[in-house]
Amino acid sequence: MYSRTYKTIVAAPPLLWVGLFLLLPYTLMFAHSFWAVQDGTLVHHWNLANYQKLFTNPLYAGVLFRTMRIAASVTLCSLLLGYPLAYYLSFHSGTRKELLYQLVIVPLWVSYLVRGYAWKTILGSDGVLNGFLQYFHFTHAPVGFLLYSPFAVVLMLTHIYTPFVFLPIYASIEHIPRSLVEASQDLGAGPAPTFFRVILPLSMPGLLAGATFAFVLSLGDFLAPLLVGGSSGTMIANIVQTLFGASYDWPLGAAISVCILVITLSLLFLTERLEKRWSFK
Amino acid sequence: MSGAANPQAASLDAKGPLLEVRAAAKRFGTRDVLKNISLNIASGEFLTLLGESGSGKTTLLRLIAGFEQPTGGEIWMAGERLDTLPPYRRRVNTVFQNYALFPHLNVRDNVAYGLRAQGALKSDIPGRVDEALRMVKMAEFAGARPATLSGGQQQRVALARALINRPKLLLLDEPLSALDANLRKQMQGELKALQREVGITFLFVTHDQEEAMALSDRIALLRDGTLEQVASPREIYARPATAYTAQFIGQTNLLRGEIRGGIATCGALRWPVEDADGPAVFSLRPEAIRLCTDGTRQISEVKFRASVRQQIYAGASELLEMDCGEGQLLRVRLPACGPMNGEREFVFAIADAIRVEN
Amino acid sequence: MRGTSPTRRAPLLAIYATLVFAFIYLPIVVLILYSFNRDGVGGFPPRQLTLDWYRQLFADGPLWDSVLNSLLVACGAVALSLALGLLAALALDRASFPGKALFRRLVLLPLILPGIITGLSLLMFVVFAGMQLSLLTVFLGHGTALISVATTEIFAGLQKLDRAQEEASLDLGATPWRTFWRITLPNLRLSLIAAGLLIFTLSMDEIAVTFFLLGRDNTLPLEIWARLRRGITPEINAISTLIFAVSVALIIVWYRIRMRSVGSGAQQLLERP
Repeated sequence: MYSRTYKTIVAAPPLLWVGLFLLLPYTLMFAHSFWAVQDGTLVHHWNLANYQKLFTNPLYAGVLFRTMRIAASVTLCSLLLGYPLAYYLSFHSGTRKELLYQLVIVPLWVSYLVRGYAWKTILGSDGVLNGFLQYFHFTHAPVGFLLYSPFAVVLMLTHIYTPFVFLPIYASIEHIPRSLVEASQDLGAGPAPTFFRVILPLSMPGLLAGATFAFVLSLGDFLAPLLVGGSSGTMIANIVQTLFGASYDWPLGAAISVCILVITLSLLFLTERLEKRWSFK
Repeated sequence: MSGAANPQAASLDAKGPLLEVRAAAKRFGTRDVLKNISLNIASGEFLTLLGESGSGKTTLLRLIAGFEQPTGGEIWMAGERLDTLPPYRRRVNTVFQNYALFPHLNVRDNVAYGLRAQGALKSDIPGRVDEALRMVKMAEFAGARPATLSGGQQQRVALARALINRPKLLLLDEPLSALDANLRKQMQGELKALQREVGITFLFVTHDQEEAMALSDRIALLRDGTLEQVASPREIYARPATAYTAQFIGQTNLLRGEIRGGIATCGALRWPVEDADGPAVFSLRPEAIRLCTDGTRQISEVKFRASVRQQIYAGASELLEMDCGEGQLLRVRLPACGPMNGEREFVFAIADAIRVEN
Repeated sequence: MRGTSPTRRAPLLAIYATLVFAFIYLPIVVLILYSFNRDGVGGFPPRQLTLDWYRQLFADGPLWDSVLNSLLVACGAVALSLALGLLAALALDRASFPGKALFRRLVLLPLILPGIITGLSLLMFVVFAGMQLSLLTVFLGHGTALISVATTEIFAGLQKLDRAQEEASLDLGATPWRTFWRITLPNLRLSLIAAGLLIFTLSMDEIAVTFFLLGRDNTLPLEIWARLRRGITPEINAISTLIFAVSVALIIVWYRIRMRSVGSGAQQLLERP
């Protein structure tokens, strides 16, 4: 139905743009990771030194693993918060379902920076939370670890990503025909067995999508550590950021970025395979 | 809604009815979907809930299954209160309209689901599953996923999945409505045979009156949330209680008229009756009218003249639309008789004009 | 009167859900509250309510400059992303060409990748091409990164498009070009608007990619960021509250539009006869 011309007109511009502004830049970054810096300038001297540095230097490796731990924590917490919420909205919210759904979406549209800043004001030593605790005499001195720690980073990122995780899980659960739930109960399975044997397996695609999203984006986040992480909460993306800034070493920064990219793509690939196995369930 | 059939007629089982619906009612918002339904179902019987969409038949089924709670009345099964139990504790199983097979489990695991949920002995399960699949002729599909099966095949699996649990009562929610005509007829026969074989009580919901007549021991006709009539197919066909029933089940002519001094007059037709004076409605089945070839009639018959308006050929029979004068139209079913026209004489037995409530 | 609804009661779950909602909204509530607090941020409870911070906000020139910059970039990004996203969606829906699978993944990649990766790679490209960092580079970054948003939204809209309408148009003698303008595009109207709103909001809030492509002129989030590094002032609370209010308004509009095109699924809770 569509002529050759139509298809060419339609496909060419985005192809060209994406090739120029996405494919080429990513390739450039890849190339940079194999170069080096000498005397403050970039040298196109192909080598693997950057990758060596990344994996052998305990500083970098340590931060990388801390980052992965933080990302995993954020994913886990977001799931623990987001999944029950999605389940509740889908099965138990009755007439208020639409309203509650909108309420969950709203924070997604509120600026990341705004929400991060809010946590900063809450968690600080003379922040709202400490003030609250002292006002009601739960504590007598400011609690230190709340801010400028990995804890704060996990807290803030969980706050950001719970709605993100909620969305695909909710869509997945909503997709489950209610007659399947009724059939399960009809056959003698109570609410708990029905959940584990029917609802959870069928909501897996959404759960995987949400978890991947949360993990990958947390992995590459550099703003949260800057806001609330302090020195103990630095993540790998911060290191990249400084390498592109004050400590001028683009090749090394590129190498770390490629590493993040590889982890991301592997995870996406893995999830896609799992989803395929589980979605025609 | 009185009439020949008493809706409270229990079956004559000596142990008492299996299921008793006592004055059940269901209201959604401001709508009364079910109003004061009382019905008994005997053990081992095949009862059909028949009605149009909106009549409440599916709602009643869901009340018995446990997916809805009655807003009034009670439901009892085998002497114990049923409607206060959640669905997973009722000895009732359902075959859903869209089969509701679990897409992430294969046929075998679907069928075994109920057994596993109730904690049956692990070693027993494979044997019982095989037996159930053999019964519905799906044994060779044990490892398949539901998405790969046709509608008819899915339906059999759904049936096996329900029956394997040996419920006291099996509910079937329009299970054949998604099948094409030939498959439907075939499945009807198989269902009936299956029910006789396992002896489980079937409660079947459909809007198709032919299906109901073919399958049921008794039919419960629902209309706007109330029971219009509950009787066996033969009874409900031969002696409909109301005009609605007469028209819903099979085809009929509704003769409206008046009784005066022992004579019923409906348009051009008149015959003696024993009822009191007043307006009356009679149901006269088209096949009860025959051609009068020799011009005579019995005392117990009514003779009239009519001209043929329309003739529809149907292979073994013909349906004629007759004009009896003064705009009164009757439908007559005759064995194949070749094209007819002009005025003819017809005859029917007075006993075949059943008085019905309007 | 016994329960009648298909949704059963689950009190523990309801409490948990409420707690999750509280967690999600707590920081925002605190933020708004303290934007009216005389003593600024921190401490508890907020003492005196005042509009001083808002007054200070409205007199803040550089901040509003950055707002203007953000608006410029956002509008540009909307135009660019929608145009390219529309074409990309059409291409994915209707054309087959070598590398289509790669193209699809590539287009969607910025959506899932951390912004720093996209931002840095674009920075390398900009340097490689010898360009100066400025609002233009920011605009290019946003436009590129947000194509994926437009593509997904419009692609979904294309699925709901009745193909027979286009066929009917061709059958009646209209050229493909005319069909596109008179039939296809109007049917995609809602998708385009929804996508546009989303892109606008995301662009206004974009930080990670912008961070590396910024020249002399700041966008709003980066301006706020710069001030944050210098220290917390409740003025930031005030602007944040304003951003929140605008976001809420936009999302309500977006949601209404989306529901009109997709149809609400919540009506399934009605009775069944």
